Amino acid sequence: MNAFLTQLRRDLAISFRHGAEAMNPIAFFALAAFLLGLGQSTLRLDEAAAGALWVLALFANVLAVEGLFGRDREDGSLEQLLLHAKPLFAALLGKVAAHWMMSGLPIAALSPFVALLVDVPPDGMLVLALTLLLGTPTLALVGAIGAALVAGTGRGGLLVALLVMPLYVPTLLFGAGAAMTALAGGDPSAELLWLAALLAASITLAPFGVDAALRVGQEY
Amino acid sequence: MGKAMEWLRRTFHRMGSPRWFFAGSRGWVLGLYLVGAALIVVGSVWGLGFAPTDRLQGDSYRILYVHVPAAHLAEAVYVAIAIAGVVHLVWRMKMADLAIAAAAPVGMTLTAAALATGYIWGIPTWGTGWVWDARTTSMLVLLFLYFGLIALRQAVPRPERAALAVSVLAIVGVVNIPVIKYSVDWFTTLHQPASIRLGERPSIDPSMLWPLAVNALGYYLFLVGVVVAALRAKIIERESKADWVRSWVQAR
Repeated sequence: MNAFLTQLRRDLAISFRHGAEAMNPIAFFALAAFLLGLGQSTLRLDEAAAGALWVLALFANVLAVEGLFGRDREDGSLEQLLLHAKPLFAALLGKVAAHWMMSGLPIAALSPFVALLVDVPPDGMLVLALTLLLGTPTLALVGAIGAALVAGTGRGGLLVALLVMPLYVPTLLFGAGAAMTALAGGDPSAELLWLAALLAASITLAPFGVDAALRVGQEY
Repeated sequence: MGKAMEWLRRTFHRMGSPRWFFAGSRGWVLGLYLVGAALIVVGSVWGLGFAPTDRLQGDSYRILYVHVPAAHLAEAVYVAIAIAGVVHLVWRMKMADLAIAAAAPVGMTLTAAALATGYIWGIPTWGTGWVWDARTTSMLVLLFLYFGLIALRQAVPRPERAALAVSVLAIVGVVNIPVIKYSVDWFTTLHQPASIRLGERPSIDPSMLWPLAVNALGYYLFLVGVVVAALRAKIIERESKADWVRSWVQAR
């Protein structure tokens, strides 16, 4: 727990000091949704809008997660973390949690307002926010594996996207599915439980993948 | 028991040596090609020409003689790659990585073939080539996982580092395999559930099943042959500085 909190506090502090940079994922999400809303005058979105917002959240996550290890790698603190953190599992979870609090959490919190922009009916808004709240930590955890693998190669963006987006598919399906079910007047609890199950599985398993990937990436 | 274990251990260590594998696998490629191709010819002629026509689907069902072996192998190759990934990470066995490098393009092609044949069959049968149901979607994900394995290897400049990264990715990606396998049981999908299961009577008639079995075995053998041939090429490429490769090249 100590390693988790230490890492979480450190990464959050760094994020706050680079305030503008930390705003990027949220700004991207809002801006992209705004463009989607603009296009809506020619394109009927209606219920599809919930799915479209999920895809935007996913893109925002891919763009954000790419840089998760970049700065730490450059200044050597990543190497120190791998050498000293006990247990590393907790420290890595703390790192991803800090990252999520600066990307996924604000996106989920902002999503009801963004949903207004693209005319998602009111019944769907809260469910959409809830699915994002449950789904984005899974995206961050899985994305961290991809970011760790690519950290040392010097080529980020597209490669990270190619590696992690296939693994995002179940989360996207259940996330968008729950929102669609709610909009159609159904009970989305089955999809929400699936999202929770995916989250529980990735909290327990993903840090091991991140660990292995980071160790590989140390000596590119 | 002791003898069997001893044999297993020796084979394991020998398989780990590119040189030994290269020398030992020479006859295997041709043998696998010949037997595999013969079975594919027999199974295909039998399945396409002599198996009875389906009462509901007519002759369009016959695409299953390509679709089922391709789809099954596409998954099996990925599982093999993931196992090789574990072996590579645990024992740092160079051969395991070369096997991944050799098998990934083969698996990718098979996945594409399974998707394409499914699409062609879907047009008359489902009325649409593509549906976003759980089985087709997870198969598409498999295709992208293969892309990822190949792209990651090319992105990392040093081969031995690329090998480790690819192994990690292969193991992470294996979570998709049970999703593909059980997608037709877990979810309500348009794709029909499996007709052939271990320990149950198949829901497909023996007159249609036998040619499929022959074809599937043929595909297996032939494609193992392809992977072994590709693996031999990778060995020569990766070991090009070794003495035994030089003397082998000069002897030719």
